[in-house]
Amino acid sequence: MAKDWLKGAKSAYDTIVVGSGLAGLTAANKLAKLGHQVLILEHHYNLGGLATWFKRKGGHILDISLHGFPIGMVKTCRKYWTREISESIIRLKNIRFDNPQFSFLTSFDKADFTRVMKDQFGILQKTIDDFFKTVRAMNFYDDLSMTTRELFEQFFPGRNDVHRLLMEPITYANGSTLDDPAITYGIVFANFMDKGVYTFQGGTDQLIKKMKKELLKNGVDIRNHCMVEKVLVEDRTVVGVRTNGREIHAKTVLSNSNLLSTIHKLTGDEHFSKEFLEEVSKVRLNDSSCQVYIGIKKGEKIENVGDLLFTSQEEEFKSESLLEPETTSRTFSFYYPEIRPGANRYSIVSSTNARFKDWANLSRAEYEKKKDRLIEKTLKALEKYVPDIRQKIGHLEASTPLTFKRYTKHPGGASFGTKFEGLQVSRNLPKQIAGLFHAGSVGIIMSGWLGAANYGVIVANEVDKFLHHLQHQPETELETANV
Amino acid sequence: MTRDQVRQAVLDIIIDIAPDEDFSAIKDEENLRDQFDLDSMDFLDIVMELRKRFNLEVPEKDYPELISMASSVEYLFPRLKDWKLAS
Ligand SMILES: Cc1cc2nc3c(=O)[nH]c(=O)nc-3n(C[C@H](O)[C@H](O)[C@H](O)COP(=O)(O)OP(=O)(O)OC[C@H]3O[C@@H](n4cnc5c(N)ncnc54)[C@H](O)[C@@H]3O)c2cc1C
Repeated sequence: MAKDWLKGAKSAYDTIVVGSGLAGLTAANKLAKLGHQVLILEHHYNLGGLATWFKRKGGHILDISLHGFPIGMVKTCRKYWTREISESIIRLKNIRFDNPQFSFLTSFDKADFTRVMKDQFGILQKTIDDFFKTVRAMNFYDDLSMTTRELFEQFFPGRNDVHRLLMEPITYANGSTLDDPAITYGIVFANFMDKGVYTFQGGTDQLIKKMKKELLKNGVDIRNHCMVEKVLVEDRTVVGVRTNGREIHAKTVLSNSNLLSTIHKLTGDEHFSKEFLEEVSKVRLNDSSCQVYIGIKKGEKIENVGDLLFTSQEEEFKSESLLEPETTSRTFSFYYPEIRPGANRYSIVSSTNARFKDWANLSRAEYEKKKDRLIEKTLKALEKYVPDIRQKIGHLEASTPLTFKRYTKHPGGASFGTKFEGLQVSRNLPKQIAGLFHAGSVGIIMSGWLGAANYGVIVANEVDKFLHHLQHQPETELETANV
Repeated sequence: MTRDQVRQAVLDIIIDIAPDEDFSAIKDEENLRDQFDLDSMDFLDIVMELRKRFNLEVPEKDYPELISMASSVEYLFPRLKDWKLAS
């Protein structure tokens, strides 16, 4: 008989968290610390969602989304996780750009970017200062009509090279393009420029292991291999979920599944108002990714050629061309032994942005061939920086938008949730169905490790408010719960 | 609770939220964000702690009331004055 992954689970909880991405985990931990009974249901055998890794024969450990995050993650981990976790966060100092328009090394912070923009690009100090001031002051409530393209044109008219410098890293970091609202760029860019790029020493596996330990300590019931099939709703109120064919009751459900899946698949359109569904229909998904994972043989070494390398052979910068299957624009993340102290191993991960449709509907043979071509092109590009790379490879493998979809269940394998309009829909979900919440990559600014974790806390506050209200004044109506 | 106790309660919460900051020289009249490294997430944490510790809901529109220690006490005192501290 198949193993019962729900063995010993209770019949009811205060909150069921569907999915264990960083938003789901952080929300679960916060809610448990506030005294609620929390159950996490994750269909995969690991926790972490896109914050994940895999192991391969030969001692290879490969990270998926550990390329870099802003300094804010230190505080977020300190407050919502543990001091130990926050103290494992280290800075990546060598960020390298190499394309036909420019090539240099930077520490990727405001001071160094100011130097580069002045010395290499000949931009006036005052323009640079004004630009930084403008992005620093951007916030969530600002006007949305300005796009990033317009922002760049305002400060650096006609300077495609400067636009590339400013945009390319952020496109990789949150999937935003020149045509998205400028605040989705400005907020994230300013976060990075504050103090540079950071990573987690020990690797993603250690981070998630430490998070799991903390969740268990705080009494969270964690269940892997549990696919949530349905969110159960009665009378516009959440009553629980069905998972692995079993119903479990809950006063609140916090879905960390993709926003659109949460609405259309897990809950069902019949539970939402027409106006709300109208808004939902406007929500666009973000694109997906391809990655090539290169595990270096035991005993082999790689010279330090930078921690993060943004490379491209395109003459000019266009947001769209970053998505083309034949793109030469990619980021290499180099993992030196400092990342996993004690293991003395190296690995390299190449990431490109990609569209689901370019990989779907291929025959098995075509798909495999296309993957091989991706790997080959990646190695060719890498040879420029690590000439003898081919002799050092111990493991080689690629993932595509289909892979991301398979593991996360996100439609289109979306790497960064939804575009900006998704945020309001996510926030309004509890107004449609009392007790139903969503937290996870949405609206571009709430994505990435830091965005997702913080959004988890923001939504945990809403869940806590709701539970508190049920407990203390159940007879009165809560402001957010009515439609 | 007295005004002083409300002030102490707020201070206790802030100290818990930002354990690495030194609040000994706090100026009550001044904007908290200008004095310490506090961001909007920290204010959210204050709201959650007020709910947890004092069963008090601060609606989103009132968040600006928590801008300084003095304004926080001003806002919270009438709402907490009947609260009995466990001795
Ligand atoms: C290639 C790539 C590179 C990236 N690099 C970086 C980076 O360097 N820095 C950075 O900050 N961010 C990076 N990101 C983005 C970052 O990883 C994500 O934004 C963040 O981890 C998303 O967290 P989340 O909480 O939204 O949920 P996700 O990580 O998307 O997790 C959702 C979880 O829900 C589960 N789930 C879904 N449906 C169900 C269901 N019905 N039942 C049970 N479980 C379900 C999924 O299995 C998954 O575990 C990268 C992303 C990609 C794809």
